[in-house]
Amino acid sequence: MIRFLSDDGTPTGDLPLSETELLRGYRAMVRGRLVDDRMVVLQRQGRMSVYPSFRGQEAAQVGSALALEAGDWMIPSYRESCAAIEHGLPLHQLILYWRAHPAGWHFPQGLRLLPFSIPIATHLPQAVGVSVAGRYHREPWVAMTFVGDGGTSEGDFHEALNFAAVMNAPLVFVVQNNGWAISVPTHKQMKNTKIADRARGYGIPGVVVDGNDLVAVWYAAREAVRRARAGKGPALLEAVTYRMSPHTTSDDPKRYRGEDEVERWAAKDPIMRLRTALEGRGVWDDAQEAELRRSVKAEIEEAVREANASPEPAPHEIVEQVFAEMTQDQKWAWEALRDH
Amino acid sequence: MITEQRVKTQTMVQALNDALDLALSRDERVLVFGEDAGHMGGVFRVTDGLQKRYGESRVFDTPLAESGIIGYGIGLALAGLRPVAEIQFAGFLYPALDQILSHLGRYRHRTRGRFHIPMVIRAPYGGGVHTPEQHADSPEGILAQVPGVKVVIPSEPHRAKGLLLAAIEDPDPVFFLEAIKLYRSVRNEVPDEYYQIPLGRARFVREGDRATLICYGGMVEVCRKAAEVAAREGVEVEIIELETLVPLDMDAVLESVRKTGRAVIVYEAMRTGGFGAEVAARIAEDALYYLEAPVLRVAGWDAPYPPFSSIEHHYRPDARRVLAALRQVLT
Repeated sequence: MIRFLSDDGTPTGDLPLSETELLRGYRAMVRGRLVDDRMVVLQRQGRMSVYPSFRGQEAAQVGSALALEAGDWMIPSYRESCAAIEHGLPLHQLILYWRAHPAGWHFPQGLRLLPFSIPIATHLPQAVGVSVAGRYHREPWVAMTFVGDGGTSEGDFHEALNFAAVMNAPLVFVVQNNGWAISVPTHKQMKNTKIADRARGYGIPGVVVDGNDLVAVWYAAREAVRRARAGKGPALLEAVTYRMSPHTTSDDPKRYRGEDEVERWAAKDPIMRLRTALEGRGVWDDAQEAELRRSVKAEIEEAVREANASPEPAPHEIVEQVFAEMTQDQKWAWEALRDH
Repeated sequence: MITEQRVKTQTMVQALNDALDLALSRDERVLVFGEDAGHMGGVFRVTDGLQKRYGESRVFDTPLAESGIIGYGIGLALAGLRPVAEIQFAGFLYPALDQILSHLGRYRHRTRGRFHIPMVIRAPYGGGVHTPEQHADSPEGILAQVPGVKVVIPSEPHRAKGLLLAAIEDPDPVFFLEAIKLYRSVRNEVPDEYYQIPLGRARFVREGDRATLICYGGMVEVCRKAAEVAAREGVEVEIIELETLVPLDMDAVLESVRKTGRAVIVYEAMRTGGFGAEVAARIAEDALYYLEAPVLRVAGWDAPYPPFSSIEHHYRPDARRVLAALRQVLT
């Protein structure tokens, strides 16, 4: 397993990232954590119906996302809010998305980010297609897609790995192994002890990284992206991490896992680990921390205000955007809904 | 007048091949792929010679995985290409149903138009040629239930070419089902040039005033035969070919049914829950008071398409069964 920070954050040796990069990664993780906290509060306030928290997986998501460039594609599943905002999704739009407001679903033009995919692993074969499409446009883009440990049991995961290998796709699969597929632990999901081994069966390199070590994730993801961009094909990254939160705001993890396990992982918190490393280098202190939190919170509140200002959707929007042009039936439905 | 040089007598297979050839040559975003669709040219040879002409990057074989094929195509389309995927038999679409139901028709809707899927999925469908088990399914009713996808089923070469070219240009996903029975058995004159036939319009195949037969794909020739027999007995039957099931053009159907007062819907999928039920319901909604007899369906029986070759013709509707239904609505 690739790691550069020990569990308590002490570097195990020289770090492959510059100080600027370390700080950038740290800021992004804190931003992610604060966004996540606020999203959960919004849900508790009844301002969204369901939200899947990524708490504990900030390093796995930020580290991967930072390896991409603006022209690259990201194809996330539903827990990748953190990766998505790092790739450029505006915060107010993230809020509207999870509020299930139509305005949140039209991602900005030019942002190469697909919407969060709910049906497990179904977006993976699509990610292969997206990545290969760059070849036809003569654009050297790379795509990155995410799936969880449970998702690697799905047929689409295996079809996608095989397609990616055969097509030599410039695609990076990031598997966030967070230990749990809702209530089913990884050892009941598969006999493999390393998910990365699954890649080998398809002729794809697979590496295991400490998913709570931002340095390790970013480093490994960057290598995989470079490799893909150089035409050397797909790679799979298994980021070993932990889902600190319930599966979603509708889940109660006390029914299937013990507090001791959660506490063990809390001690390996990715943000705390990198902070320790930064403080050890003398490049981060409490004042900087306070300032970062203040500015991120201000950003979030601005985004909440902007999201709240979005007018409620109209019923007739339901039948819009099914086809480029409405069918006769849809026109009829549109009018019926308008008068509702 | 179209001169002889610009028209060829072609089979369905040839006309479809021609359409793909033209689409590939006009638009470099068009890609053609599927199991055996590349080097070999497809099990029915619809993509024959295309790889040689356009290269392996534009016409290619894929791994044997239908969900992968359609998912891959969706990805290509999301990123600005025009994929034309072949699924070897319509009955092999089922591993891809998650891609179809959860994604194919939803991207435009769930991204409010930010993304759309200009993709065509071609698949041979239907029975009548003693194919092995699972090779004769007619899943159009399942596909018509998927929001955001169009469903086109041609019945003759000239129309098939124009409809396929329109489907490839369409900004939304289109299922293009090709009746296996018609691939080589039907010929007509097909212009060499590029032309499109708009999707979403039913057409009058035969004029008549006593009853209306509503059909598509492989059932059009069955209805023609039935209508010819009826005509010999002095009964002129009108035939409406839907051609596009989604979006459904009911204007032509209603116009005809209001005139004849009698309707029989003919399709080879299982009767219960089939597309004929949709057509019948709409006739009831919009033309009930014009009806002189109950609307009937002649369809496959409520059983799987039989893998028993010697008796499969008892499952797939034929002219005899259509005539029996016509007699019933006319008495």
